[in-house]
Amino acid sequence: MKVAIIKYNAGNTESVKNALERLGVKPVLTDSPEEIISADKVIFPGVGEASNAMRYLRQKNLEVVISSINKPFLGICLGMQLLCDFSEENETECLGIFPYKVRKFSSSNVKVPHIGWNQIFDLKGKLFSYVREGEFFYFVHSFYVDVGKDTTAICDYDVKFSAALERENFYAVQFHPEKSGSVGERLLRGFLEL
Amino acid sequence: MLVKRIIACLDVKGGRTVKGTRFLNLRDAGDPVELACEYCRQEVDELVFLDITATNEKRKTLTSLVKRVAKNINIPFTVGGGINSIEDIEILLSSGADKVSINTYAVRNPLVITESAKRFGTQCIVVAIDAKRVDGDYKVFLNGGREATTIDAVLWAKRASELGAGEILLTSMDTDGTKLGFDIELTRLVSESVKIPVIASGGAGKIEHFEQVFKQGKADAALAASIFHFREVDILQLKKYLLLSGIEVRLTEAFLDVA
Repeated sequence: MKVAIIKYNAGNTESVKNALERLGVKPVLTDSPEEIISADKVIFPGVGEASNAMRYLRQKNLEVVISSINKPFLGICLGMQLLCDFSEENETECLGIFPYKVRKFSSSNVKVPHIGWNQIFDLKGKLFSYVREGEFFYFVHSFYVDVGKDTTAICDYDVKFSAALERENFYAVQFHPEKSGSVGERLLRGFLEL
Repeated sequence: MLVKRIIACLDVKGGRTVKGTRFLNLRDAGDPVELACEYCRQEVDELVFLDITATNEKRKTLTSLVKRVAKNINIPFTVGGGINSIEDIEILLSSGADKVSINTYAVRNPLVITESAKRFGTQCIVVAIDAKRVDGDYKVFLNGGREATTIDAVLWAKRASELGAGEILLTSMDTDGTKLGFDIELTRLVSESVKIPVIASGGAGKIEHFEQVFKQGKADAALAASIFHFREVDILQLKKYLLLSGIEVRLTEAFLDVA
């Protein structure tokens, strides 16, 4: 199985690579459209800022490539947000796979960024084959996606938001499975088996 | 809900773990990666690697350590100690660190917080503050506590958060190494004046100290080094105790049964 991790200017691609290697998979880290399109699984990680990331993806022509992928595709954190229509982070037009707007946490009741371990509930879909209701994942983000039709897991941080989304072959998680200990490894294993 | 975090700190020098108190009297305590793996088994929530001699020594050993940690550890970790340029930050993050903590560099060049937050994301910029009570106020100390300043620690924390820091790692030099408990007042003052998470550090000696720093100090996370190191406090026991005291923490199911 060929797993491609999309290489771009938004951090932590190495962490995702390391996590997959711990699961016995040798992923390729690449920004080549051919490599990405020919992969059996594609992972779109990301820690960083939305507008810079989108600019880079457009420069590398990856915007079109990502939209055209029909294999299981997993967006992580910023990767999930970039798959939505629009992000409030520097008013950025994103990839538009998921018809949602990415918004900033604005409640004065909680600290922002949302950093640390939080539970996920109302799990749906095959991505969560090995994950149970209420298990803890590691989150680090200031922006979030509302709960909608494509939501497959919910997290609560003063507001309820989408911890995961799914639409056709596109999967996305707001948390970092690659940093969520053994639970995260189980989620990645579920994705690799899709 | 978002739970309180327990963070283990590993002070490293020349690629080895050392621990005395933060500021003096070092003794060798083994391979940082092995120790980090042991902490993971004990359900620690995060790790911090502090290169305590980075200011005066070469950085290569730290970079190779960060790479080894990243390969072997599946929870978040922060790296700090002597970071002195945007390039340093970039190297550590690209080697696999999830966050970097900057201290003296940020005080001398506050705009670096904004610049690096923009470039790498707010969430990976931790501003570390070493504070000590001087004439009734908390003042910021630099260079591993060797250099006093007239900067008010609470105001600096507030400014750092406004400039784009993602977290504050707050060490009380008064309590560090004493094992008499965290500096509750300092932690509460800072935590209530910023809108970002605050990690309390310095002074942990027993399980009850963690309960205090979460309940009274309003900390979002608590960090300790030597007591975890020398097994004076077992992280699992600590988490079970906190759960029973009404403080939510992460425990995986296997361990919950025993709680």
